[in-house]
Amino acid sequence: MLHDHTARSMVGGPPGGPSLAAAERRRSRGADDAFRVVLGAFALLVIVIVFGIGFSLVMASGPSLQKFGPSFLWTSKWDPVHDTFGALPFIYGTLVTSALALLIGVPISLGVAIYLAEMSTWGSAVVLSFIIELLAAIPSVILGLWGIFVLIPWVRGSIEPALGQALGWTPLFSGPAYGIGMLAAGIILAIMVIPIISSVARDVMHAVPQDQREAMYALGATRWEMIRGAVLPYGRAGIIGAVILGLGRALGETMAVTMVIGNRPQIVASLFQPGYTIAAALANEFSEASSSLYLSALIEMALVLFAISLLVNAAARWLVSRVTSSVMAP
Amino acid sequence: MSVALVPVDVRRRRLTDRVMTWTCLGALLVAIAPLASVLGYVTLQGASSVTWQFFTHLPAPVGEPGGGMANAITGTLLVVALASCIGIPIGILGGLYLSEVGGGRFGWWVRFTADVLNGIPSIVIGVFIYALIVVPTRHFSGFAGGVALGVMMIPLVIRTTEEMVRLVPASLREASYALGIPWWVTMLRITLRTATAGVLTGIMLAVARVLGETAPLLFTAFNNPYWSLRFDQPISTMTVQLYNYAIAPYDDWHRQAWAAALVLMTLTLVLNVAARTAGRRRFGRGR
Repeated sequence: MLHDHTARSMVGGPPGGPSLAAAERRRSRGADDAFRVVLGAFALLVIVIVFGIGFSLVMASGPSLQKFGPSFLWTSKWDPVHDTFGALPFIYGTLVTSALALLIGVPISLGVAIYLAEMSTWGSAVVLSFIIELLAAIPSVILGLWGIFVLIPWVRGSIEPALGQALGWTPLFSGPAYGIGMLAAGIILAIMVIPIISSVARDVMHAVPQDQREAMYALGATRWEMIRGAVLPYGRAGIIGAVILGLGRALGETMAVTMVIGNRPQIVASLFQPGYTIAAALANEFSEASSSLYLSALIEMALVLFAISLLVNAAARWLVSRVTSSVMAP
Repeated sequence: MSVALVPVDVRRRRLTDRVMTWTCLGALLVAIAPLASVLGYVTLQGASSVTWQFFTHLPAPVGEPGGGMANAITGTLLVVALASCIGIPIGILGGLYLSEVGGGRFGWWVRFTADVLNGIPSIVIGVFIYALIVVPTRHFSGFAGGVALGVMMIPLVIRTTEEMVRLVPASLREASYALGIPWWVTMLRITLRTATAGVLTGIMLAVARVLGETAPLLFTAFNNPYWSLRFDQPISTMTVQLYNYAIAPYDDWHRQAWAAALVLMTLTLVLNVAARTAGRRRFGRGR
């Protein structure tokens, strides 16, 4: 595989001109081969790191894996004092907040992507895309700070009372308005996934061939009918991939969530209540884990997060690459 | 004027079209609103809290007014510098491999794992470095923090380098071969050098990203209330300090947190804007 280059020598291969002296040519070939091996070794390092992460997490979570087995995933007693650990409340919190984030974020992201790809002029699309991407560049700890002092008072004062009044009869929106809790975490995660989902979905829409659009227009379609009839169906796999990429971000997001979710390991229906996520538990409890079993239980949760993010990313890349085959993956 | 001539059905379809256009524009405004709010609050709250002391003094104990983040600012710079020393060379050489050699199955796997590494939650990277470095050396250290951030930089630098090197015209390489220059010299002195602006863009984006990272530092670099420049000791960073101040119940500390947020955000935004304008100027016409 390392010698693939010979097949593409026009672009990347070393030239072996007949005018070079044989010895010099051999020396140059040797240097080229050595350089190629060095480059290959650096590329290999990426694979080594990813496997190393998986391996070291499995090794370090050994005590917990042995003691609790698979029931670690569906028991909900998290009691460091008695060395009993079950990850269910954390898994529940992670899934609920991520689902909320997608519920709020996906419609907005699709609107943004459609507007940027199909409805705006080229110049304004460049500027607006840049602004949306800046949103992704804000450090998550700063979003968390904003969450504590701006978002939470707003959620407590306006959003939760309004939701409670309209939908208070469902268990999801019942109980007192704390501000801090699953709903606030879902909103802040939605803010964080919007730039990812909308920029990947926009790229996917750009990859839809122009003649698909022209065919719809030729049938007399309005612009919205063209988008619904040509752009969205053609890019469906890629758009789903974009959503899954956003899901990956939401599942593993740590700081902003830790700062607004309330950090209480409990499973309750009301979204107004505090909760806990895997990533937040790692951030809060890791450096103060008192026993080795406690530590390895936390590392096992990191392993769960690692496994989920592997699956989610692989699925997303595959779906996106089906539409934009040249950009995202081979 | 010709409303009566247009069938009702067509009017309804046009209305739908207009409503959906406004809906999408509305979604865009909703998406931008939090950005505006964050920028506004951080600027307002931060501007009144950033003082000269903030850059020159050590953190003050609870209850004592004043104090600054001099140690955290230098700590962040040190840790990010170490991360760059790790992430940039690996990323550039790996990216060069992917664009110039790696067309086969091995290249596919490298690309795939780089994307996977990019998607692994940063807190998991922190746990990995904890197991790899902190446990064997038995204490938190600036070194471990730098390695954690370095690992995070690799996939970002590798993929942008690959894309940017790919844009270098084949004719440049061929001209170099025609002069009898060996392949490896051509790679380093012609191909890579031509792509410098694009590669720098990727590096700036990667630095901007790790500059704002907190989660992988919590249990690698940890924190340190004192002045420390040593990589084998726990080291203070702006992000971890910001986090600790933000969740504490003291108004003085909240002011420090906003000040740190303003400094951090200015740095990341400047890096982002610089990276994108530089990248666009160099390659905008070619694409």
